[in-house]
Amino acid sequence: MQTTCACDVAVVGGGPAGLAAALGAKEGGAARVVLFDREKEAGGILWQCIHAGFGLHHFKEELTGPEYAQRFLDQARAAGVEIMTETFVLGIDADRRVRTLSPAHGMQVWECKAVVLAMGARERTRPAIHTPGTRPAGVMTAGLAQKLVNIMGFLPGRRAVILGSGDIGLIMARRLTLEGVEVEGVYEIMPHPGGLNRNIVQCLHDYDIPLHLSTTVSWVHGRDRVEGVTVTPVDSRLQPVPGAKGRFISCDTLLLAVGLIPENELSLQTGLALDPATGGPVVSSTMETTVPGIYACGNVLHIHDLVDYVTEEAMVAGWYAAGAVDGRRPDTIRLVRGPGIASCVPHTLSNRVEREQVIYLRVRQPMENCRLHFGEVFERRLRYAFPAETVRVTIKPEVLAEFPDGDLTVYLSE
Amino acid sequence: MSEVTNYLCIGCPIGCRLTVEHEGEQIKDITGFACRRGRDFAEKEHTDPRRVVTTTVTLAGGQNIARLPVKSEKPVRKSEVPVICQKLQNMVVQAPVRIGQVVLPGATSDGINVVATRHVATS
Ligand code: SF4
Repeated sequence: MQTTCACDVAVVGGGPAGLAAALGAKEGGAARVVLFDREKEAGGILWQCIHAGFGLHHFKEELTGPEYAQRFLDQARAAGVEIMTETFVLGIDADRRVRTLSPAHGMQVWECKAVVLAMGARERTRPAIHTPGTRPAGVMTAGLAQKLVNIMGFLPGRRAVILGSGDIGLIMARRLTLEGVEVEGVYEIMPHPGGLNRNIVQCLHDYDIPLHLSTTVSWVHGRDRVEGVTVTPVDSRLQPVPGAKGRFISCDTLLLAVGLIPENELSLQTGLALDPATGGPVVSSTMETTVPGIYACGNVLHIHDLVDYVTEEAMVAGWYAAGAVDGRRPDTIRLVRGPGIASCVPHTLSNRVEREQVIYLRVRQPMENCRLHFGEVFERRLRYAFPAETVRVTIKPEVLAEFPDGDLTVYLSE
Repeated sequence: MSEVTNYLCIGCPIGCRLTVEHEGEQIKDITGFACRRGRDFAEKEHTDPRRVVTTTVTLAGGQNIARLPVKSEKPVRKSEVPVICQKLQNMVVQAPVRIGQVVLPGATSDGINVVATRHVATS
């Protein structure tokens, strides 16, 4: 048994990106906007991010994750978005048919004018698999530990080591400390931190938790339960320094905060193109993927460090998905990554628009007082640029109008 | 003799490096900020550092969740953060809960409340 339904915009995923995309679609004039989420309640990862720091850009006040989620849920409901929870999306095809499964409605096929992909990301675990040693209990991702502590009410252990200095790792260092778990230290294989500076100050410095850069966990000890780890300094090629002796740390828990991977299994069924630099779809200035009518936003598109930017990007995606703008004017400028640029979203721009364009970039190396160039047409000074922090650039329509058609190289200089 | 203390601004993700030149408590000069908020932060951080505390308390009868997320209504003195967490450790809050509901009134020496940050229905 399977029923067929129709909607204007279908949003896959009910985290911050999905909720904002659905709202954006409503604002863009879509009549029927349906949002699918597999959890009992939409809101995504925000429910377990109980710390403050959300909404500084969007709401101009500092909210906690749950508060931010609640505001968007309320707004989406008020705007008339149909939120279908406990609904699994089984497939999406290039003709914008979305197949869903839920206890309430069984199998459904949705024929949609537009689809917005907002499935988010999953935590990377690979380095753990590559870590030599035994496979005891007590090794888990920082996000799982966050769910255990903040929602389910279990502490993961008594003494923890954190591998990776991504934001979730830093946040969990503080959370565990406040809950009475001893955090021995945070170890980062790269020579620079993986998370935001503000989190290093508020989560590590405030609690005297040391951050060891250019150091990694080289061995996990323990048969049934983690009994300790060995940490070893690495060289510039991220290999253990020859002859360096590792240090044994006694602990019962190892948290992994080694990055996020965009969750694109469903996206790939549509045949869209992925960008190896972001791990997410290639998108135009309207957040449309290479498959017409399919849009992407949030962590499924590229990994964000601020939910406010997710919101901003997702509203744009939803608004265009609603078809608020006449037809699809194909972009005429292709952004090419030059020296110093690790990733860049969107991938193309239009010089015939009357609105400002937001571009999100990541740099390869930490830099100070550098200049960011868009070809020879536009440049911006950056006081600081860190690989862990998104550089957000807005370009005004009058500047865009001067951009020539064709390839435009984005690069950094001293 | 004036001394120099460095702070990292947490006002926004730019994270400006702030430098406070001071003689003991007395601030002589603040540099490195890109906006007013950074200047205010440096001054505050040097004289009366504060943070918003966020943590969870035990929740009884809640739908789907066992912990209630809470926060201090205003930034509290850094030194009082562990004290507040201690006080909340043995508390049990009964569902239903409304966002903003006071969970612990006057949790700090200067009377700041701890409030719930999400709605919880009863199971
Ligand atoms: S000084 Fe202003 S711009 Fe710099 S980090 Fe602080 S708030 Fe941000």
